[in-house]
Amino acid sequence: MTHPIANPHFAGRSTGANEPPVIALAGVSKTFSGQPVLRDVSLEVRRGETLVLIGESGCGKSVTMKLMMGLLPPSDGDVLWNGRRVGALSEREITRERLRFGYLFQGAALFDSLSVYENVAFGLRQNTRLPENHIRQLVHERLAEVGLPESVCGRKPAQLSGGMKKRVGLARALVLNPEVMFYDEPTTGLDPIMSDVINELILKVRSQMPVTSIVVTHDMRTVQKVADRVVMFYPLARLDDDEPQIVFRGSPMDAVVSDDPRVSQFMHGEAGRRTHELAVAE
Amino acid sequence: MATGALPHTRPNLVHAMGRTALDAVAAVGDVALFAARMTGGMLSGLPRKGVLLPCMHQIGVLSIPVVLVTGLFIGMVLAVQTYDQFHFLRMETRLGAVINVSLVKELGPVLAATMLAGRVGSSIAAELGTMRVTEQIDALRALGANPIQHLVVPRFLACFLLIPMLTALADGIGIAGGWFFSTQVLDINSFHYWFHAESYVTGYDVLSGLFKSVFFGAAIAVIACHRGFHCGAGAEGVGRAATEAFVASFVAILALDFFLGVFVNSLYYLLWPTPITLACL
Repeated sequence: MTHPIANPHFAGRSTGANEPPVIALAGVSKTFSGQPVLRDVSLEVRRGETLVLIGESGCGKSVTMKLMMGLLPPSDGDVLWNGRRVGALSEREITRERLRFGYLFQGAALFDSLSVYENVAFGLRQNTRLPENHIRQLVHERLAEVGLPESVCGRKPAQLSGGMKKRVGLARALVLNPEVMFYDEPTTGLDPIMSDVINELILKVRSQMPVTSIVVTHDMRTVQKVADRVVMFYPLARLDDDEPQIVFRGSPMDAVVSDDPRVSQFMHGEAGRRTHELAVAE
Repeated sequence: MATGALPHTRPNLVHAMGRTALDAVAAVGDVALFAARMTGGMLSGLPRKGVLLPCMHQIGVLSIPVVLVTGLFIGMVLAVQTYDQFHFLRMETRLGAVINVSLVKELGPVLAATMLAGRVGSSIAAELGTMRVTEQIDALRALGANPIQHLVVPRFLACFLLIPMLTALADGIGIAGGWFFSTQVLDINSFHYWFHAESYVTGYDVLSGLFKSVFFGAAIAVIACHRGFHCGAGAEGVGRAATEAFVASFVAILALDFFLGVFVNSLYYLLWPTPITLACL
């Protein structure tokens, strides 16, 4: 069935070299209450690719993703959507443009007061005038795609397991047929099997829809399985003033064999001198 | 002219007072900007029935029992506390006038608003605060919804529209409680009780109480939603937001009560230069 709100951006999609990146950060910095989290970060996301952001906790990966999504304003620098500065757009334009994006939140961020059905239907009710029977059909289709039966529709988020919440969150993000999907730590807190289910779903979404994906993760299996390109962030507190915050850009294989000890240590999950550093800091 | 950085001085009492004053002005300005954003959200479209009605049920209908119980006891307490003085002056039949005017002008609106601030204001702040820390507010924005329009406007409208009704209920049950205790326990003649009560309490008194309640409801909704939206991280942040919402709402209710009381009294004297007093009856 053709999606009734098929995204016009999918039509005649070009991957030409002159096409602006779907999302770009140009010299972006972000500070919270005087505490810098990102410093002069520049990054481009090309149409159709799966970009994975990795790095230690607190290095600014999730903040980067929220800046890309337009959920946070940068303290300095520009965020660009298809070459257009987000800062130059009105709030109404930002809201409309943001509908091209889907976002799977770290804790799924399902609306507690709504049932699973109402959660998945929310975006359709909010942004379309589709009749309820059509909405119901789309909700059931999306739930089936993420492997959930119709019987979960009446449940509240509190009655779901962690994996089910993530899948409902994914169905909710996909229901508006997004051009770009953001996944914020999609496998965190899940058992290895459910983590692999989520990884498979990310691949399935990519194979079924011409979607650009941005994934924040600490899970190296996710990196190996879904990434076209990897970008590694490093915490500002552990960098000198003149060092760039992005310490690696490349393929997952290059990341594994990187000579940079910071990248190598992270990819192989080795504490190295960190235990000593943390002990000294305390 | 010599220039240079000011010498660094240790913070003293003046610094602390200045800092407190600046923080207070910033906080009031922040709430005012939030209210302006909410007004903008309201003007750009009213919430759907499916969003507004559950809020009205939660805020209005579920508050009825606590408002009724509070109103009933306050009416009876007023009778208990004033009877001795009026009995001494042999004016106990005027008790209804005092109880009823106290209720409709002050205690009904203030108590209904206080109950609403405690039951609903804290709940709104905790609910919105939890939504903030669990990224549900970000999820709303990601799904094309305006959080102010979706979360704040319906709660504001529910508080704003329903508080006059809760106030009227508190007034009514308080008047009934005062009458019951005065006539059935203190043995005051029911006819004379009502005769004086009806002569003294005017429609203006009742309307002025309901008029004030609308401002109380608006203040509770704006303050509670503001605290929820600016909640700190974690369970501690949510708990603090709920407490701050009640305390700030209560202070706002009392401050508004004073200024609105001055306003409605001035308006009364402007319209009717000779007020009704107990001595007139």
